[in-house]
Amino acid sequence: MALSFKMPEFLIKRQVETCSKCLLCVKQCANKVHYYDEKNDSFLTADENCVGCHRCAVICPTRSIYILKYPLEFRRNAYWTEETIKQIYKQAESGGILLAGTGTDRDYPIYWDKILINASQVTNPSIDPLREPMELKTFLGRRPKAITVEGKEIKEEIPPKLELEVPIMFAAMSFGAISLNAVKSLAKAAQKKGTYYNTGEGGLHRDLYQYGSNTTVQVASGRFGVHPDYLNAGAAIEIKIGQGAKPGIGGHLPGEKVGEEVSKTRMIPLGSDAISPAPHHDIYSIEDLRQLIFSLKEATDYKKPVGVKIAAVHNIAAIASGIARAGADFIVIDGFRGGTGAAPQRTRDNVGIPIELALAAVDSRLRDESIRNEVSLVVSGGIRNSADVIKAIALGADAVYIGTAALIALGCHMCQKCYTGKCNWGIATQDPQLTKRLDPEIGAQRAANLIKAWKHEIKDMLGGMGINAIESLRGNRLMLRGIGLTDTELKILGIKAAGE
Amino acid sequence: MDSKNFRIPSGCSICGIMNKKGRVFSGNDIIQSIALMHERSNGLGGGFAAYGIYPEYKNYYAFHLFYSDKNAKEETEHFLHQHFDVILGEKIPTRKIKSIKNPPLIWRYFLKPDSKRILLSDIEEENDYVFSCVMKINTYIKGAYVFSSGKNMGAFKGVGYPEDIGDFYRLDEYKGYIWTAHGRFPTNTPGWWGGAHPFTLLDWSVVHNGEISSYDTNRRFLEMYGYKCALQTDTEVITYTFDYLVRKQGLSLETAVKIVAPPFWSEIERLPKKEADFLRTLRYVYSSLLINGPFSIILGMSNGMLALNDRIKLRPLTAAVHGEFLYVASEESAIREICPQPHRVWAPKGGEPVIGFLEK
Repeated sequence: MALSFKMPEFLIKRQVETCSKCLLCVKQCANKVHYYDEKNDSFLTADENCVGCHRCAVICPTRSIYILKYPLEFRRNAYWTEETIKQIYKQAESGGILLAGTGTDRDYPIYWDKILINASQVTNPSIDPLREPMELKTFLGRRPKAITVEGKEIKEEIPPKLELEVPIMFAAMSFGAISLNAVKSLAKAAQKKGTYYNTGEGGLHRDLYQYGSNTTVQVASGRFGVHPDYLNAGAAIEIKIGQGAKPGIGGHLPGEKVGEEVSKTRMIPLGSDAISPAPHHDIYSIEDLRQLIFSLKEATDYKKPVGVKIAAVHNIAAIASGIARAGADFIVIDGFRGGTGAAPQRTRDNVGIPIELALAAVDSRLRDESIRNEVSLVVSGGIRNSADVIKAIALGADAVYIGTAALIALGCHMCQKCYTGKCNWGIATQDPQLTKRLDPEIGAQRAANLIKAWKHEIKDMLGGMGINAIESLRGNRLMLRGIGLTDTELKILGIKAAGE
Repeated sequence: MDSKNFRIPSGCSICGIMNKKGRVFSGNDIIQSIALMHERSNGLGGGFAAYGIYPEYKNYYAFHLFYSDKNAKEETEHFLHQHFDVILGEKIPTRKIKSIKNPPLIWRYFLKPDSKRILLSDIEEENDYVFSCVMKINTYIKGAYVFSSGKNMGAFKGVGYPEDIGDFYRLDEYKGYIWTAHGRFPTNTPGWWGGAHPFTLLDWSVVHNGEISSYDTNRRFLEMYGYKCALQTDTEVITYTFDYLVRKQGLSLETAVKIVAPPFWSEIERLPKKEADFLRTLRYVYSSLLINGPFSIILGMSNGMLALNDRIKLRPLTAAVHGEFLYVASEESAIREICPQPHRVWAPKGGEPVIGFLEK
C-alpha cells in the first residue's frame, strides 16, 4: 500500500508517574487511541486515531492524560493553509467527498458578537426579575388578522398553536444521527421546562410516544418513519425543506448508524445508508408545498400547527414570504452555522448565509407585506447563549431552536466526528457500548439546567431593558446597536450603530 | 423639524377633566390644575386637548397645523384644496407671551372630505381617507405638521410651560366638555413644537407620562397597517394603538385596555376558564401591542375619557369624581386645586382603567 500522508491532529501525552493504570482510557476510547502492552507494562498511543473528544482525559481519575495539538509545523502560507493541504491529501487517497459533522467552523463574521443590547437608566426604570413578574411565555402559530368580540367571547376559532414557557426549543436531531438516550434526554428536558424537542427525520421510537405533547414531528424528503400515528403523536408538525449545514441537499445517515432500532423506527433496511432526496419529490414549487401543508393538516384534523423549515439562503426573504402565504403556521430559518451529524464539508462550509442577516431580512419582508403577525418565526443555526436568544428575538424572531448547544450540555465536546458513529460521549452513535454512557435522566437534567440558566439570564437582561414580557422584545430593534458593522450590514439588520 | 427623527424620553405631568353630561366649561380649570404641577415639567413642552370647542363647525374635520415657513403652508394648502372642501382656513388666535419664543406659523382649517375623491380611491371610510391625508402631510410635506385632525375638538401645544401655552392659545376663551393637559420634562432640548403633547389622530388625543420600552415592537407592528410614526415619540404610538384596536379592529375600549396593559399570565391562569381563554387569546393575537415600560396616559375621545397606567404602575395616576365631573391627574393635589373636596378619590391600580363616557 502506498504511503499515507495523513498525520495525527493531536498528540497524547501520559504522565506515567501519576497514571494508576486503571485502563479506563483503553476501554473507553472507541477510536482505539490507547493501547496497553501487558508484556512491557507500558502504554502505547495511536495518535492518528485521536479526534480530540477529551473522553479519556475527562474520565482519567488521576488527570494523567494530556491532549496537545500535534507538533507538525507547515511552512507558513496564508493561502495554502495546513487545513487545505490536509484535505487534498485526504481526497487524493479516498477519491471521495469530504464529510464533516456539526456546523461550519470557519472564521466567518459572527454578527451576534457585533450587536449590543440596551438597558434603562433613570428615564425608564429597569425591572427587577427577583421582585417583579417577568414573562417569557411564547406562542407559535398563525394569528388571525382580526377578531370579533361579543361580550367576553371571541367569535373566530383561533388556529392551533404551540405554547412555550421559554422561547427556546430543542432543534431537529434525529434518532439515528443521535442516540435514543440523547433524544430521551432532550424529550424529558423539554417536558420539564415546558418546551418542545424535534424528532428530525428519524421517526418516533416507541419509547418516545409518551413525550408527544412536547414533540414536534418532522416530515422530511425521505419521509422516514412518517405514518398517521407519528403525525398525530406530536404537538406540531414541521416540514423540513432544508437545513443550514447543508442547504440544497438532503439528509444523510451513514449505514453504520442504522441498527435494529433505527431501522425499525425509520422503516428502512438494517445497515443501509438513509439518504434523503435533495428536494421533496412531491414539492417542486411553492403551490406543491401548500398542498403538503394542507395534506398534513387534513391528516391531523387541523389540530396541530404545521411549520416549514428552510435553510438561510440568498433569496430567503422572498422564500419565507411564499411559505407564509402557502399556509405555514410557523417558519423555521436555519442559518449557515447550523449543525449536522453528517454533511459534505464543502457544502457545510460554503453554502448559505448567516442567520442574523437572514432573520432580519425575513422579518422586515414579512412586515413590508403586512403578514408578519400572521406567521411565527423560529430561528436556529448557531445560537450559543442567552444573549444570542435576546438578540434574535429583538431582531424579529418569536423563538429559537438550539441544537449544538443542547448537545454540548449533554457532553458533546465538538470533535466534529458525528458521522463516524463512534461518539465516545454516547450522543452521536448507535453503538450500545457507547450509548449507555449517556444516562437520559442525567442528560435531561443537564439540558433542563441549561434552559433554566438561560431563562434567568434572559429575565435579567429583559428587566434591564425595562421590559417584563418577552413579546415586547420581539422585533424591538431599537434595543440593539451594532458595533464594527458596515452601513449595509446595519441597514440589513435594521439597527443603529452604537452611539447613535 | 429635524427633531422628527429623534426619539426623546421624557417625564411629565398630566391631568384631565370631563363633564359627564357634556356641559362645556372654559379652559381656566385645566390650566390651573396643570400649573400646580409646574415642578413636573421643565418648560420644554406643554399642551392641551379640548372637546366640544367648535360647535359651529362640528361636522367638519378641524385640522390644526404647524408650518415652519410659508412654502410649507403653500404646499399644504394646495394639498388640502385638492383633497377637501376647505370651509374655513385661519390663523389660530394667540396672545403674545414673554416666555413663549419662536412659535411656528399656526393655522387651522375646517374641512369636508372630497367625496368624489374618496369614491375614486381604494379607501372605503371617510375616517380612513382623512387618516391617510394626515399621514401624507406629516410624512411628505417638509416643514408641515398636522397636530390635530378631529371633529369638534382640537389640540393646542408648544414649547413652554403648560400654563404659558394655555395663555398663549387663549384657552380661557374656549369652552369644552373634556379637557386634558400635559407638562413635559424631556431629557434633551428638542425645541420643536410638534414634539409636545397631546398627540392626536382624528378624534383621539393622548397625553402621556412615561417611556415605552416596547416602542419599536409597537411601532413596527402598527407600520404594517398604514401608520407612519413620523415623530418617533412614544405617545404617537399609543395614539395609533388605540386607533388601530378600537377604530380599525372594532374592539371596545375595555378590550383594548386588556391588550395594551394585559393581566400577567399568572393572574389569567387563576381566572374562570371562559375569561381566562378570552384574555389569553387577546394577548396571543395582539401580543405586539402590549405597551411595556412605565406610563400613565389620558386618552381623550369625543364621547369620553380613559386614564390608564402600565401594568406594574411605574408612573403616578390619581382619579376623582365629584358630581358631573371626572378628574384624573398625576398628583392628587392637581385635582384638589380645582375641586377641593371631591366625593371620591382613588389611585387606580396598574392596568386598571378609569373610563368615563358621556351620559347621552
